[in-house]
Amino acid sequence: MLRYTLRRLLGMVPTLLVISFLIFLIIELPPGDYLTNQIAALRAAGEAASADKIAFLRTEFALDRPFLERYLIWIGLWPGPAGFSGLLQGNWGWSFEYNQPVQTVIGPALPLTIILNFATILFVYAVSLPIGVYSAMRQYSFGDYFFTFIGYIGLATPNFLLGLILLYYFNVWFGMSIGGLMDPQYVDQPWSLEKVGSVLSHLIVPTIVIGTAGTAGMIRRLRANLLDELDRQYVTTARAKGLSENRLVAKYPLRMALNPFVADIGNLIPSLVSGSVIVSVVLNLPTVGPILLDALQSQDQFLAGFILLFVAILTLIGMLISDILLAVLDPRIRLGGAVRR
Amino acid sequence: MRQADPALPVLDIRDLVIDFAGDDGMMRAVDGVSLRVPRGSTVALVGESGSGKTVISQAILGILPKKGRVVSGQMLFSDPQSDKTVDLAALHPSSSAMRAIRGDRISIVFQEPMTALSPLHTIGDQLGEVVRLHRGASEKEARQISAEMLRLVQFPDPERALSVYPFELSGGLRQRAVIAMALMCQPALLIADEPTTALDVTIQAEVLYLIRRVQAELHMAVLLITHDFGVVANMADYVSVIYRGRIMESGTIDDVFRRPGHPYLKSLLNAVPRFDMAPGERLQPIRPIETRPAMFLHQAREAKPIVSAPLLELKGVSKLYHLRRTGPGAGSRTIRAMDEVSLKVERGECLGLVGQSGSGKTTTAKVILGAETPDAGKVLYRFNGEARDLTGLTSAERFAFRRRVQLIFQDPFSSLSPRMTVRDILAEPLIIHDVGSPDERYERVKELIRMVGLNVSHLRRYPHSFSGGQRQRIGIARALALAPEMLLCDEPVSALDVSVQAQILNLLKDLKAELGLTFVFVSHNLAVVDYIADRVAVMCAGRIVEIAGKKAIIEDARHPYTQALLKAIPTPSLDQKLDFAALTESGASDPVQWPEPYRLLDGMHPALQEVAPGHLVCMPRARQKAA
Repeated sequence: MLRYTLRRLLGMVPTLLVISFLIFLIIELPPGDYLTNQIAALRAAGEAASADKIAFLRTEFALDRPFLERYLIWIGLWPGPAGFSGLLQGNWGWSFEYNQPVQTVIGPALPLTIILNFATILFVYAVSLPIGVYSAMRQYSFGDYFFTFIGYIGLATPNFLLGLILLYYFNVWFGMSIGGLMDPQYVDQPWSLEKVGSVLSHLIVPTIVIGTAGTAGMIRRLRANLLDELDRQYVTTARAKGLSENRLVAKYPLRMALNPFVADIGNLIPSLVSGSVIVSVVLNLPTVGPILLDALQSQDQFLAGFILLFVAILTLIGMLISDILLAVLDPRIRLGGAVRR
Repeated sequence: MRQADPALPVLDIRDLVIDFAGDDGMMRAVDGVSLRVPRGSTVALVGESGSGKTVISQAILGILPKKGRVVSGQMLFSDPQSDKTVDLAALHPSSSAMRAIRGDRISIVFQEPMTALSPLHTIGDQLGEVVRLHRGASEKEARQISAEMLRLVQFPDPERALSVYPFELSGGLRQRAVIAMALMCQPALLIADEPTTALDVTIQAEVLYLIRRVQAELHMAVLLITHDFGVVANMADYVSVIYRGRIMESGTIDDVFRRPGHPYLKSLLNAVPRFDMAPGERLQPIRPIETRPAMFLHQAREAKPIVSAPLLELKGVSKLYHLRRTGPGAGSRTIRAMDEVSLKVERGECLGLVGQSGSGKTTTAKVILGAETPDAGKVLYRFNGEARDLTGLTSAERFAFRRRVQLIFQDPFSSLSPRMTVRDILAEPLIIHDVGSPDERYERVKELIRMVGLNVSHLRRYPHSFSGGQRQRIGIARALALAPEMLLCDEPVSALDVSVQAQILNLLKDLKAELGLTFVFVSHNLAVVDYIADRVAVMCAGRIVEIAGKKAIIEDARHPYTQALLKAIPTPSLDQKLDFAALTESGASDPVQWPEPYRLLDGMHPALQEVAPGHLVCMPRARQKAA
């Protein structure tokens, strides 16, 4: 088990390298960079003096080097103008748009993004597990149809619309402030118990909104998996032992049906981040989603690159968690490669 | 303690009627069945698939599928321990009273040991659960009882087996575990639903013996559900024959076998291949099929020159499989699937390839097809008089080779695409090999479907609307679409009922005679091979241990493994019962335990020696230093 985990961890290193390279490649694909755009804008405005400053910035951030060198400098495997100073050394790069280090720009957004994602995943699993099991065990019952209907509505409704509606009613019913991840008076305040409470209560709406689509899909998947398993011979064997239906389902088919369910943890994260951009804009959430959108539009390459890499790391961690959980759940994976006939 | 009335049967089923909700209204699956299972005895319930025998077992346990419903009748269960009689039909299937009986007083052994156990739980967990549930045993006690039961079913190293997962065990061991699980609470009645159908003959004999021994030890009654009269003859005290939900005949085993009354029973007995059949005697299927020869196949036959040389020859073919282990204690394990296999197949003959699962017979078939590349040795196939090694073919030649050799699969349910009509299925090989115009293809397809005894009107239907036997016939028609020279049959009847098996075997036999086809017939059932083959090759542990004409194999088997195989086959006759005790001691499938000169140790060369004309037996000798 330990070896398995270690091997998975080691496997993440080359994956991350490849991903970082691809990210860098794709971000650099459009012609020019942030600074050439700036120069063009300044020239148009006739301000040639600032153009000199921009040329200085080009050398400062090694944008005049060849592509591969730029990439290696970015990740910190090649000496740049300031020596080895890349991601590996903890330097996340410079945001031209904000004229600040990337660290300062998205530093506060990172933990909130993680918290929001974590909460959403918990929500997705906590809601879809019981409903999926219920729908499978009572196939074609009223409850099954009811949840299926709700699920389809969840899939079909645009998230931002749902977000706006929920925000309105939460404001009317509970007097919660509109938008943001905390009440306005706590912004820039040191962390306190009240602030945490405010953050938690503000998490509810985004969690539900971002999670509904994933939940609906997950319910359908779990229901289908479980229905497949319920007809299996080993379920009949268990029933023939005299186990009660609920204990039996929980012990045997559910364990089998959980495999694809668990394997989805890693896949959920990127879809949550990219899917939540519009919601984050509408609900004014300080997550990395909107920042990423801006950065991509203005070719703020280091910022965009870092955010994409961050999401990739989150995904890989999700994959690692699901791999480990799968190995715990399924002895065939743990003891894998044995004879199967 | 007062002894229960010994005359009282453990189970007394009276006028049981069970309906199933089908697509078009209710369907009567069981129609007024009465059945008594006396204490301590074995009652066999015999019938084809779809006759309702499994439905009865499900009804007894209250595990009928949702669509099934007991309409009327009684199932009186008298537990010899408590001397109480309950009507199982009156209990709600999920009531606690029913659950208390199920798995405790009545338990069941299912057919498929591969799927009957959960792959995610250890054997110890799944066994122990029964006593924890019914006896309130602690985890420690449960482990102890489980180990005892595993010992009772002769599990090697029972203590260790508790923490083993089912997928780490062979089929025979899994079935032992399933039996042990059914015995955990020492039930009054054990229902064995085709307990050995999925197993090889040698293992089947062991499992049957096991059930018999345990039955004597625990004084249980056994309800044995099967379609195999060989098993019935060796196991049962009483027999009931069921057909379409009705009992056709019941009585003691002597009555039924020596004086079969009902024509259905007689025809069932006649449909089973036996070793003592007269030369040229045909099996009599219960529902014979009418076939019409396909003209294009006859023309194809006439067009081919007859050359007297082997059509196919394997020369010292070896194939190794490396199993990768990724778990703890990783390391690779090598399986010798074929070890210097040499054999010849003459044009127009049928070579039977017999062995238990894992003996390498399927690998051999794959190598012949060119689906696997051998690690060593040659596979020579005669193209227009010239023998060519299959491994040296160009891809165009390989494509042409596929027209000459076709395959008939074991499982008629998964070998036909459910999304294609029968017409598309039959025409597909013709399209792939670009044969004829669409009209000519359709003509061929029509001839093919008639040839296997189906109608042209069947062509528009999809495979799911056919029975297993009909599907297998479609599979045969597909294999013949390209007018091949050779047919490779991989266990073509082992998934079918006896009556349908007779149909298919007769069809194959007729096709062979009419079209001069060459067959390689892979099977674990020696009686089936005996019926259809001219020569038989017996495989064990990747080696050919004996090849001879079928008469020589059956009457003059030399190799200890062939002898053991023959002894383990249950014959549907009361005069040739299996000698169980002798069977289980021999260890006949382990090459190291064979007596000299047959003993085969690792690294020895499995040389075949001629003991009589055309009769080769494996007598290993030390391998010579490789040149």
